Amino acid sequence: MLRSKTSRWAAAPYLVWMGVFIVVPLVIVIYYAMTNADGTFTLDNLAQIGRYSSVFARSLILAAEATVICLILAFPVGYTLSRLRANKQHIMLMLVMLPMWMNFLLRTYAWMTLLENNGLINRLFGLFGVGPFHMINTAGAVVLGMVYNYLPYMILPLYTAMTKIDDSIVEAAQDLGCNTGKILLRILIPLSGPGIATGITMVFVPSVSTFIISRMLGGGSNLLIGDLIELQFLGNSYNLNLGSAMSLVLMVIVLVLMSFTSSFDESEMEGVM
Amino acid sequence: MNKKQSRLLQRTYLILIFCFMYLPIAVMILFSFNESKSRALWTGFTLGWYKSLFHNDMILSALALSLVLALVSSVIATVLGTLATIGINSMGRKTQLLINNISYVPVVNPEIITGVSLMLLFVMAQRFGVGGEGGVFGWPTLMIAHITFNVPYVIFNVGPKLRQLDPSIYNAALDLGCTPKQAFFKVIMPQLTPAILSAFLICLTYSIDDFMISYFNSGTMQTLPIAIYSMTRKKVSPEINALSAVMFIVILSIILISNHLDSIWQRKESSRHEKETVFPADRLGSDCFDGCCTGCAGLCG
Repeated sequence: MLRSKTSRWAAAPYLVWMGVFIVVPLVIVIYYAMTNADGTFTLDNLAQIGRYSSVFARSLILAAEATVICLILAFPVGYTLSRLRANKQHIMLMLVMLPMWMNFLLRTYAWMTLLENNGLINRLFGLFGVGPFHMINTAGAVVLGMVYNYLPYMILPLYTAMTKIDDSIVEAAQDLGCNTGKILLRILIPLSGPGIATGITMVFVPSVSTFIISRMLGGGSNLLIGDLIELQFLGNSYNLNLGSAMSLVLMVIVLVLMSFTSSFDESEMEGVM
Repeated sequence: MNKKQSRLLQRTYLILIFCFMYLPIAVMILFSFNESKSRALWTGFTLGWYKSLFHNDMILSALALSLVLALVSSVIATVLGTLATIGINSMGRKTQLLINNISYVPVVNPEIITGVSLMLLFVMAQRFGVGGEGGVFGWPTLMIAHITFNVPYVIFNVGPKLRQLDPSIYNAALDLGCTPKQAFFKVIMPQLTPAILSAFLICLTYSIDDFMISYFNSGTMQTLPIAIYSMTRKKVSPEINALSAVMFIVILSIILISNHLDSIWQRKESSRHEKETVFPADRLGSDCFDGCCTGCAGLCG
């Protein structure tokens, strides 16, 4: 039964499910993107996206900023965690993962209250006689929200990659006269390549497609791709065809990024071998 | 810089990062006990927000909906996924690769795309008259959406375990007189149970936590995350603070209990596991670990 022909039928329900609810919906997205409301073929929807190029650019830039900040913040954390004793590593990993278990709407809401014009942070500043600063509803607040929400997604793959780096390699480099910077550039970064690649995708993809973070922390003035898509499907500017075209472009962006990081990943792996 | 100094630096940095991660949550929990609606000024201690939270019908019914939805969709996804892995396992390599790649789509695609693509499917179905006048959006669409994004996690959790199994044990069972059915349920299933259980728990957490995909496919129904979203749209709602505190405590206790159970389980099994490190949260179905693993596997092909 384990490898017999009859056991193949066990997959039949799922294959049907997969076809109807994974493949067909994507085909429908492409169909809607390429037609107008009457169902006739057109490329207008895709052409219209040019008008929103500033929103697309903003999404890509803010997501890239958040990804870079996450990488810089998470790298030392991953390294430090991977060098701890095993039982301590468990506790620390728990601590890294615990906030992720809270619904991300609640986590984002927490920042919303902190960053307000008369929020806690500004009140603290007020005690020292500075501010108040305008923090909520800015692009910076959106990036902060992305970093806060997705930092664990960067820490965990980096940590996993770095646990595989043998301490003796670092020590050997030190013995041979490498300084900290050189160890970082020549050993730690190359050897944690796969972790970096995974971390980048896991932070960038949700960041570039979010609409909650921009809506809650960016006010109305920092629209992202996700906001645009949401507006076409459930919002005021109900236009399924345009929304589908935007989704298609977003999918292509993500695919390009993923093929880039995965090729980087493989070449790094070969380098390690 | 000597070793002691660098160690101190590392410690300090780690503490700073954890402060960044936990301070917002701590502030929320603290202000859930605040008497006034202010989120910045402390006026006095009260449990009133908890009281009104537990009398908030919208939240309670949303919670009930989320729990039932998560439970039912996870059970269906687990059954569907486990059957699928068994079937896929006996197919040719190329077919396996194709099916796995398609199954990755909901995992790697931005959630918003999965959400809108399913919504379009349902809109299309509505146009063809499915669901009658009331339309299809509601229970059935939510259920389908949740099952759809959950099944791949079952496949990627149970699949590797199934491939690791030694086929000769199954053959031995047949040689010793088991029917294929008996051999499957008495020999294969017990070995798969931990993986199936962990897959089920992963589905549960994903399902309870999901906002993006539900948002596009819920019609007028409110799952807990959607209810939270509608609460955050209102200017001031201190009940959210109370809800955060409750959720944090629930999550913390689940993790502590599972950790405890896990250490017991690990002690029992330690002889059987050679070098494999088992992370407690992994089995419980944490977002990230599973995400990392599937992500890594996806990127490495």
